[in-house]
Amino acid sequence: MKSLFQSVDAPFLTRDQAKALTDRVLGMAKADETRLGLNTGWSGNTRFAGAEITTSGGITDTSLTVTSTVGKRRASATTNVLDDASLRRTVDLAERLARLSPEDPELMPELGPQQYMAVRGYVDRTAALTPEARSEAVKRAVDAAREAGRAAGDMFVAGFLEANAGAICLATSRGLFAYHPSTDVSLGVTARTPDGTGSGWSQGAARDWSLLDSAALGRRAAEKAVASRNPVAMEPGMHTAVLEAAGVAQLVPNVAGALNARNADEGRNAFSKPGGGTKLGEKIVDARVTLFSDPADPDLLAQPFDADGFPLARRVWVENGVLKQLAYTRFWAQKQGKEATGGGGGGGGGGFGTPGGLKFPGGTQTLDQLVAGCQRGVLVTHFFYTNVLDARSGLMTGLTRDGTFLIEGGKIVRAVKNFRWNEAPLIMLNKIEEMGRSERTRVGQVMPSMRVRDFNFASLSDAV
Amino acid sequence: MTTRRDFLTIGAAALATSAASSRAFALAPEPTAVLPAQGDPLANELALEAISAAKDAGASYADARVGRYRRQQISTRERSISGVNDAESYGVGVRTLVNGSWGFAATSELTRDGVVKAAREAARLSRAARAVQRRPVQLAPVAAVKGTWMTPIRRDPIDVPIEDKVALLLATNEAALKVPRVRFVTSGLQLLREIKTLATTDGTLITQTFVRVGPSFNATAIGDGDFQSYAEELAPRGTGWEYIESLDMPGNAERWAMLAAEKLGARSVEAGRYDLIIEPTNLWLTIHESIGHPTELDRAMGYEANYAGTSFIAPPEKHIGQLKYGPAFMNIQGDRTQEGSVSRVAWDDEGVPADSWLIIEKGVFKDYQTTREQVSWIQKLTGVNKSHGCSYADSWRSVQFQRMPNVSLMPGDQDLSVNDLIAATDRGILIRNIGSWSIDHQRYNFSFSGQTFHEVRGGKIVGMFRDVAYQSNTPYFWNAMDMIGGKSSYWLGGSFNDGKGEPGQSNSVSHGCPPARFRQVNVVNTARSL
Repeated sequence: MKSLFQSVDAPFLTRDQAKALTDRVLGMAKADETRLGLNTGWSGNTRFAGAEITTSGGITDTSLTVTSTVGKRRASATTNVLDDASLRRTVDLAERLARLSPEDPELMPELGPQQYMAVRGYVDRTAALTPEARSEAVKRAVDAAREAGRAAGDMFVAGFLEANAGAICLATSRGLFAYHPSTDVSLGVTARTPDGTGSGWSQGAARDWSLLDSAALGRRAAEKAVASRNPVAMEPGMHTAVLEAAGVAQLVPNVAGALNARNADEGRNAFSKPGGGTKLGEKIVDARVTLFSDPADPDLLAQPFDADGFPLARRVWVENGVLKQLAYTRFWAQKQGKEATGGGGGGGGGGFGTPGGLKFPGGTQTLDQLVAGCQRGVLVTHFFYTNVLDARSGLMTGLTRDGTFLIEGGKIVRAVKNFRWNEAPLIMLNKIEEMGRSERTRVGQVMPSMRVRDFNFASLSDAV
Repeated sequence: MTTRRDFLTIGAAALATSAASSRAFALAPEPTAVLPAQGDPLANELALEAISAAKDAGASYADARVGRYRRQQISTRERSISGVNDAESYGVGVRTLVNGSWGFAATSELTRDGVVKAAREAARLSRAARAVQRRPVQLAPVAAVKGTWMTPIRRDPIDVPIEDKVALLLATNEAALKVPRVRFVTSGLQLLREIKTLATTDGTLITQTFVRVGPSFNATAIGDGDFQSYAEELAPRGTGWEYIESLDMPGNAERWAMLAAEKLGARSVEAGRYDLIIEPTNLWLTIHESIGHPTELDRAMGYEANYAGTSFIAPPEKHIGQLKYGPAFMNIQGDRTQEGSVSRVAWDDEGVPADSWLIIEKGVFKDYQTTREQVSWIQKLTGVNKSHGCSYADSWRSVQFQRMPNVSLMPGDQDLSVNDLIAATDRGILIRNIGSWSIDHQRYNFSFSGQTFHEVRGGKIVGMFRDVAYQSNTPYFWNAMDMIGGKSSYWLGGSFNDGKGEPGQSNSVSHGCPPARFRQVNVVNTARSL
């Protein structure tokens, strides 16, 4: 079959190539409306454990999803086989599936041409991260971790480096065309002391590879591991907690993810009001809490359109503690006489990789200052295996991991065993003592550290 | 050395029980495949081309997997369709060993040039990895094999007309919506047909076709300022459309939905310690998290440390044959042969024949899940000199690594039913279906919820609780198991999507078990007011 790539080294389709392909496929379509979603990209990864590389890979792939609408019937088909015969078969399949599907009373028409925010989320040096460069970066992280942890012996160092470069392209039979190239890279490092009693972790993520310091990430993981050795059991209960930004990032995005207007209107999420209606306009959390999405924010640089091609704009979900905005799909917005927010009504991205990004601006305090202001509490590096226990309140459970410490008199005094906790983010955001600085916790997500009172540490875990 | 054949010849009762499992607990008589399992000449040619190019590029070992995946997903809500998607993905992944270091490259460009380029790129990745390598990879030997295999099915689910699938789901929703206060219903189908060709430089060339189906159902009832949902536990299976039909979703949906409405009036549980009677529809997930994951050898050796964590069953030399996991009647089988299970194969993604072995025997930890690379790590401790066949990749795009086989709790010698367990319990809770789940990164401390919680008093069900989660610790919990159902009560649950690895991969895995009772387990109340 014929290659679509201009040169063998191009890792994904350019805008012109994507336009040519989508025009060709739209030309094959016979449905009333057609939408094409093209996902084209390269991914390079290097995984390591025991201070050596365990697997590494390079992947190139381009897949096309055809969504066909016939009257009020809609269905889609996807393929990554891009010769004409396969493309035609995929278009035919989507159209056949659509005709066979029952009418969807909630179906919205495809969009025509749109204006999008200008977002530059593509950085050449991330796309050029070769296997050799990744191995060198891993070596820097491993060497720095082993050096920083030398006092504890030969550190066990594990982690993962992944770089992605690609583009999302959308085109509709109504004339919409959107193409957004982006890169991202992340490096996570876990260091464990040879006696098995200490574990530390750090992670960096950016669109631009030059913003990550692999040696610093390795060092930080090892320092945490050394400090967390020989943890002692601390009585579970309601304790003040200093949460690093990575921990906050595992709780707060769930609030944004639950902002679905339809569920709230239907009386089945935490933003529904008992007896009907929603909590829009009500103060739901501490006045220091503001949560927003903004594709063009320089710390987020998120894709400026959703899967329908709907333009994503700045959306302030919570402002100074007041619920300002719920997330409306195009259908639900029309039905309720509201403005659609895009993103499938998922709540502004929720920071889980869906469009729009999520930013929670923080305060001015450093982590050390948050600790210094704490008489007795627990410092949490991050969490593990968080899950919702009750959808009505958004109560979650999970565990602390990779460095949990007792704070007394404003100082870290010793490592403590990990806890299982049961806490609702919406309740926690009403118990803030102090806000720390915010930082990029993943690509398209910015969260602050914070000190909160009465965090419900429910039981002990022996896990290191 | 433990092999499936050994199970058949050893006299111990527990082993005999486990050996019989794949037949005794078969779901149905093995149907005749309607589709022939066959090799794809183009896939064979490209895979052989790829391993040849890898050898030319300096690989001492290479394998190439050509995968053609067809996934269909249909989801509905109430009286409408929320999505119909049919996805095809086709490509090749080439894995190489150069100087004992792994490299992997994958491409969707299925041409001679495309696969040769991928093979060379994989060898380049192997060489780059060599710079950060302490001990070279060693592969346990495996006999070269040529052949084909296919999941036994009566009807290919992908080929069932879409209108039949949608009609089944909408009829299911309609039946559920008859129940007063039930206002929201979702139902769906996940269907997969996967054709996988593997060629290795050891001389293996095989093609397997896998079919899996995964239905779902959820109903939500609205009360006064309250809502409760009920999800029926519809296990995914490695079977054809006949399994979906056997579930009679439209005929059962009203009964399922009534449970959501009934939960609105249930009493909020008082936190404390209770004897728990756990049905297989809930217990499979607890087995998965607290036994399946910690007995993965790569996890025990720290390979997952940066992501899903390590294991409390480490180091191997201090645990094999020594760790008392549970009571003497507890036998846990690792398996890739069980009929209807979603992890069933004829060969794994390294060409190793499907295996069946005991992970826990008479309550004592015995062996891990392994791939070829891992055999030498514990061979001296277990005496096992071959891989248990746990290599798997979820796509041609993904490198194969150690993934969970079916991990199942074998039934007890006495053929007790869940009613026998209830009758023997003075104060307890009967838990059905999975709810919320969470476990720590070494698999000690866990939290599991469910869908229904019935209060047991004086050997009888006396009412319904809500807001229940049990939060316990793996060694405590399994050693607190004191009663277990027999083979008539055995049921095969499982997950279509189990995550592991970086980059993340999704594995399908089944877990069979009877109901079991656990004494004095900590129960928390999950209700909160905002």
